[in-house]
Amino acid sequence: MKEKETSLSLLFWTFAKMGIMTFGGGYAMLPILQREVVENRHWATEEEIMDYYAIGQCTPGIIAVNTATFIGQKKRGSIGGIVSTLGLVFPSLVIISVLAGLITNFSHLVWVQNAFTGIQVCVCVLIVNAVTKLLKKSVVDKQTALIFVVVLVGGIFVNISPAWFVIIAAAVGIILKNLEVKGR
Amino acid sequence: MRIYVRLFWEFFKTGLFSVGGGMATLPFLKSIGENTGWYTYTELMNMLAVSESTPGPIGINMATYVGFTAGGVPGAVIATLGEVTPSIIVILIVAAMLKKFRDSKLVNNAFYGLRPASAGLIGAACVTVVLEVLTHVSARTQEGSLLNTFFLEKNSGLLNWPGLFLAAVLLVFTNWVKPTKKLHPIVFIGFSAIVGVAAGAAGII
Repeated sequence: MKEKETSLSLLFWTFAKMGIMTFGGGYAMLPILQREVVENRHWATEEEIMDYYAIGQCTPGIIAVNTATFIGQKKRGSIGGIVSTLGLVFPSLVIISVLAGLITNFSHLVWVQNAFTGIQVCVCVLIVNAVTKLLKKSVVDKQTALIFVVVLVGGIFVNISPAWFVIIAAAVGIILKNLEVKGR
Repeated sequence: MRIYVRLFWEFFKTGLFSVGGGMATLPFLKSIGENTGWYTYTELMNMLAVSESTPGPIGINMATYVGFTAGGVPGAVIATLGEVTPSIIVILIVAAMLKKFRDSKLVNNAFYGLRPASAGLIGAACVTVVLEVLTHVSARTQEGSLLNTFFLEKNSGLLNWPGLFLAAVLLVFTNWVKPTKKLHPIVFIGFSAIVGVAAGAAGII
């Protein structure tokens, strides 16, 4: 029996729903993806989701977007990938545009400014926490520690696009690993 | 019109070169702000806080917010589309050769170097932002200069004591206190907002 084709509008709205339910980064979306895509819709297996996630993390861009593109592509080809991603970002576009407008209108109020003064301190701590978490995952030996320190210092003092650090670090990774193989 | 082309291009680059999720876009957004003057660090921090506290992936929320700040609703749409375009292109290519990609030595080796670099970039953005918020030292980027300079704002002490105190409290609760460390960031953002309002009412800040 031929499986009924998933409609593009179903892809769009399913991912829009997941966009609304996700609070925070890509990892926050994983349990929601598992429930919606694996259990409710049977669009992918648990293993496939984990694969998409792993690849989504190490390809450019936002992890949630990468995973949505993967699943959409699997169901309906390229157009499915595009529609799923648009569905995922749709709620953000609406909610943030409304909020940003509101905040601009209220930003002259003293108490709103004070609230944001407090919030900025919190954001600092959240970024510090994100960096330490990433550090544990990415700095695995002396060489990766050196790359981290060089990019950290370079990023603080040198005024060039972060893209250059990314490109050079990828090349250094390839060179170092090749030297390691030859050295054996 | 030119602002929309610029927005799309800047966010296309952000989407293409930021690896590892929403927070990885931060150094790029910081650099866009410095180069275009669309927003300051402090405004970027506020956008980040709002993005963490509203539904949707952080990276997308930030792109939308920055786009909105620079060019209203059309700006929000264009920035977000710019940011997801490279993802869509790359993933559609990777999906076509999924197994080959996953087993590729070249890709794995590149990521061996990429991951610590991504952490380093976020770390650098973090240092600048922490200096700005918790001390009275600001970074200044000058057009055409390769190096950033740092200076102490006039008529103020080096450290922002109330801010440092709040940061220390938050650091403890988000890392070492078992019942609270798993809580969603929105809880801590809400708490800090209340502390800010209270401190303002008490005349501390």
